[in-house]
Amino acid sequence: MSPRFTPKVVTANALLEGDVVYLTADDRWSREHREAELIEDEAHAQLRLLDAQAQRQVVVGAYLAEARPGPDGPEPVHFREAFRTRGPSNYAHGKQERHV
Amino acid sequence: MYKYSDFDEAFVRERVAQFSQQVARRIDGSLTEDEFRPLRLMNGLYLQLHAYMLRVAIPYGSLDSRQMRQLAHIADTWDKGYGHFTTRQNIQFNWPKLTDVPAILSALADVQMHAIQTSGNTIRNVTADHFAGAAADEIDDPRPIAELLRQWSTDHPEFQFLPRKFKIAITGSPHDRAVTRAHDIGLRMVRDADGAPGFEVIVGGGLGRTPLIGHVVRPFLPQADLLAYVEAVLSVYNLLGRRDNKYKARIKITLHETGAAALTQMIEDRFAELRGAYDGTDQRLLAQIRAAFGRPAFRQAPTDPHERALANPAYRAWADTNLVAHRNPDYAIVQVSLKAPGATPGDATSAQMRALADIAETYGHDELRISHEQNVILPHVHKGDLPAVHAALKAAGLAAANIGLISDIIACPGMDYCSLATARSIPIAQAIATRFHDLDLEHEVGPMKIKISGCINACGHHHVGHIGILGLDRAGVENYQITLGGDATETAAIGEKAGPGFAYDEVVPAIERLVRAYLALRLEPGETFLTAFRRLGPAPFKAALYPEERDRDAA
Repeated sequence: MSPRFTPKVVTANALLEGDVVYLTADDRWSREHREAELIEDEAHAQLRLLDAQAQRQVVVGAYLAEARPGPDGPEPVHFREAFRTRGPSNYAHGKQERHV
Repeated sequence: MYKYSDFDEAFVRERVAQFSQQVARRIDGSLTEDEFRPLRLMNGLYLQLHAYMLRVAIPYGSLDSRQMRQLAHIADTWDKGYGHFTTRQNIQFNWPKLTDVPAILSALADVQMHAIQTSGNTIRNVTADHFAGAAADEIDDPRPIAELLRQWSTDHPEFQFLPRKFKIAITGSPHDRAVTRAHDIGLRMVRDADGAPGFEVIVGGGLGRTPLIGHVVRPFLPQADLLAYVEAVLSVYNLLGRRDNKYKARIKITLHETGAAALTQMIEDRFAELRGAYDGTDQRLLAQIRAAFGRPAFRQAPTDPHERALANPAYRAWADTNLVAHRNPDYAIVQVSLKAPGATPGDATSAQMRALADIAETYGHDELRISHEQNVILPHVHKGDLPAVHAALKAAGLAAANIGLISDIIACPGMDYCSLATARSIPIAQAIATRFHDLDLEHEVGPMKIKISGCINACGHHHVGHIGILGLDRAGVENYQITLGGDATETAAIGEKAGPGFAYDEVVPAIERLVRAYLALRLEPGETFLTAFRRLGPAPFKAALYPEERDRDAA
């Protein structure tokens, strides 16, 4: 039996600003992880990744990142993905700038 | 300082124009990312974790006040008001937008700077001793040779697609401040039996995944043969280096797979072929370049303001740690620390860059250097001006008296910025520096090099730190491996792994145990950590790092 598929989100960097973006269920690119489409099915994940990679004038380097459901929407699992939702830890730059 | 020739100027402007068009074609969809990526890397533009990053070359770490002010202007106009100086004497801007990069490159060209060959599988920015031209212990200024290498390697048609990146470091002093033994080619100036200067040529050093100390392929190479010999090394590597596996593609692996003796012979054979093709043009060019690196017009003035100021303890502490002997006894080399405890190692705000530019212009013969240890150097300051320089640095938050001490930490950007990183480096550096500052221990500890990398690529030089820290991802958690006994100087050594890694929160207490053990073990305050480690071996230091193991063994 193959290992159970762990839920994913599609993430990338915006072409012009480089900012981290997430693919939403209604085909937008959101700057917020919690707005991402949480994909629970592997075949659907591959299709959504293809959709993302086709948008080569909008985003760069789309990939599937592990995520889990949370009270406000999907949450990152790995610490790297958690940092990507915020920005660096030495200055309040990046996304956390807008959150304060 | 070298000033661009018409050729340099036209070349850099043309490259800006080319890249501006490439950016436009990427944005309008004519270029895919796969097509654009190698083009942007050739021009120093990376896509990192949160944003693009532009790496700007500071050739051999030298710049003047006008260039430093332009970096400040770029930081304010197109970035977030600061820049990050790197272990390869470059500056990185962490937040440029793709659409702004052509304007940034154009602004750089206005002050004879560029971002060419700061990435990609090419010959990268040549690094040099940051005290070049000023050090009391120097044989000769290595910067003219570094500039010759810059001109020769820039857009060199044969070496634009090497198996892997290629880094050259050069020092004019027997004391190696340029980590020449850990570069693809290290050039260390030495004298022959007749006293003529030449180079010890070291090949195949490097850090990263496979840390190796370089091999001396030529104990003495006459200066006039340098370019032909470097070309021979590159040309042998270009043919032999592996392109099938990027982890085995650096020349250090080529050297080990081929054998040092065989590779040395191939280099010598190729050198014999190439040497005749060098008809002296390179030496004529070198003579022109050399003229641009003339000594500044040193001032004759009393030095007693400095001697009087030494009565002030804060000034004295700064003078003791941050000043270095200049070849002119009335002058000093000033090291400006970008490591105030709690600060991000290597970061300078635009205001600090402007302050440094003003100080260099007023008191420093308009020269600035960036060190591979991520600090700024004022290479020529008259001793009579030192109190004024100290006061100006203090006003800019740049008077930290900690050069060479435990808080003067090298740290790569790590997972706070870098897309390759496996863990964070910066907050570890900040926490260690803050802890030892709070303990007021760093002057008692004395000379100590802590170097931190956020991944195995070792941009933070952790292998050659007296204490090295390597951040890894262990099953989805940040974990830090400690190495001991590394050395970046002419007595270069790769540090040895101490044992199992530490969790993020355990690193500072572990370093504190290590340092306290050293203080208890040293014979006298003059015995440095590295000397004590070499005398005692790793056992007592490992025991301090892993007390639970010691307790278990004792039970």
